[in-house]
Amino acid sequence: MDELRVLSVCGNLGYGFPVSSLENGIARNPHYMGADNGSTDAGPYYLGSGDQLTKREQILRDLGHSLAAARRKGIPYIIGSAGTAGGNPHVDAVLDVMHLLAKRDGHKFKLAVIRAEMEKEFVKRAVREGRTRSLGKLPPLTEEAVDESVRIVGQMGIGPFIRALEGGAEVILAGRSCDTAIYTSFAAMNGFDLGLAFHMSKIIECGAQCALPIGANDCILGTLRKDHFELEPMNMGKRLTPNSVAAHMMYEQPDPYLFYEPEGVVDLQESRFEQVDARRVRVRGSRFAAASKPTIKLEGVRLRGYRTITVAGMSDPNLLRNLDEVEARVKDTVAGMVGGSLKPEEYELRFIYYGRDGVLGRPGPDGRKVAHEVGVVVEAIARDQVTANAVLSLARSTFLHCGFETRKATAGNLAFPFSPSDFPGGPVYEFHIYHLIELADAGAPFEVEFTRVG
Amino acid sequence: MERLYDLAEVLRSKNAGPLYITLDLLFADEATYRRVSGSEALSPGAVGELYGVAAEDVKIVHFDAANAIKITIPRTGPTSGAPGDRDVYGAQQHGPLLGLMIP
Repeated sequence: MDELRVLSVCGNLGYGFPVSSLENGIARNPHYMGADNGSTDAGPYYLGSGDQLTKREQILRDLGHSLAAARRKGIPYIIGSAGTAGGNPHVDAVLDVMHLLAKRDGHKFKLAVIRAEMEKEFVKRAVREGRTRSLGKLPPLTEEAVDESVRIVGQMGIGPFIRALEGGAEVILAGRSCDTAIYTSFAAMNGFDLGLAFHMSKIIECGAQCALPIGANDCILGTLRKDHFELEPMNMGKRLTPNSVAAHMMYEQPDPYLFYEPEGVVDLQESRFEQVDARRVRVRGSRFAAASKPTIKLEGVRLRGYRTITVAGMSDPNLLRNLDEVEARVKDTVAGMVGGSLKPEEYELRFIYYGRDGVLGRPGPDGRKVAHEVGVVVEAIARDQVTANAVLSLARSTFLHCGFETRKATAGNLAFPFSPSDFPGGPVYEFHIYHLIELADAGAPFEVEFTRVG
Repeated sequence: MERLYDLAEVLRSKNAGPLYITLDLLFADEATYRRVSGSEALSPGAVGELYGVAAEDVKIVHFDAANAIKITIPRTGPTSGAPGDRDVYGAQQHGPLLGLMIP
């Protein structure tokens, strides 16, 4: 095989893409296609709750078009990080849509499902054996932290995907995955250079985001050869430049020259970008070095409680000058009122002031300038929804009527845009596991299950 | 002296995973890129001060191929989306850089 063509459907399945771009891509006879469906960007809630950021109707639309295209063409279709967080409920939700589409559209195919949830005992053993390490500022992983977790997923590398492809899978639906593994597995299986394959995958896993003009989710074609790869957006209104492709390596990652995969590190210091024609860019020089000890990244969350919020606005100048005092009084009053039933550590109460320091949480470059109107979000978190509702309700009514020196607007401090004013937010989670785990075989924890669909 | 906000074509922040914020500064031409890259205004110490993190935790990478500078800092408070976080996607944390004056 001298040339491998891969169609990336989009950066996140469910965000939509033009069907015309998909058709353009299919017309170029790709050997396989792929789509990423997940991210930690939207926060810990999705991994904790099992919910998806992209809704069922969005998946129905995007998977409907792309699955039909893959089956019509008879090429493998690889979907990674199913259902936002890539845990079992997320995989099951996308699987459910896939079965529905197969029935609706009459598809028949061999499916490989690769799950990514990690058994607690498996992770605890690694903790005991000193095979885990922290990323960033999180403390070292402990067995207690593992026990506390609601769900832990591991980011699978290329190994499990290769097993699925070698087993004859026509469609692969994987839980939490390295974005690059979705596209690199097929290339690795066919003996292509891993530095180039990983680099190409790192760009196309975001769909055509590297293309100009910058716009919504779209399809891109990658062509991998022996010593370079080429990229071409499948939307004919879009183009690539060496700068737009190089700049994409800045996106959402700490270092534009290096990125780490379970299998090793990809070095882009010698990568060269050249314009092929008005719309295509060629890349060469990207290198791969295998890791001596393969690692996979774990993501885990714990439940912090249940949230209720209210949103209100303020415009009284004396109130805006005294927000810190009012907040302190509200906290004191609430503490006094719930004191009989809740200890201070059993609830959290926070105030975010938009128009003052709501975004940065501290004075900005121009000091603590306050807008002429300020919005406040009051947040209560407690062990259950009923308690959070009650704490928030107390805080809201206290804030509304709270007195302070120089107060003139004595009828009420808050302008509520809505009735009811309070919104239960459900369970609140926190990423407390974001650690590497060393494994002799990075693919070992990920089982590949084959089934027939249709 | 000009404001960094006026010199940059793109000035953005975003999560690099739930534990880090990464700030990208892209410039329209090499001359502006060199002007800012060579400036002391953007040292790890200066950036650290703006964000309340130690200079050794500020990673600055100069990326010639894209006329770009990348700054990565750890989230000092809660992890992305945990109680107390203000910016789940980390998309509006470039504010402190806006007013930096570049000779």
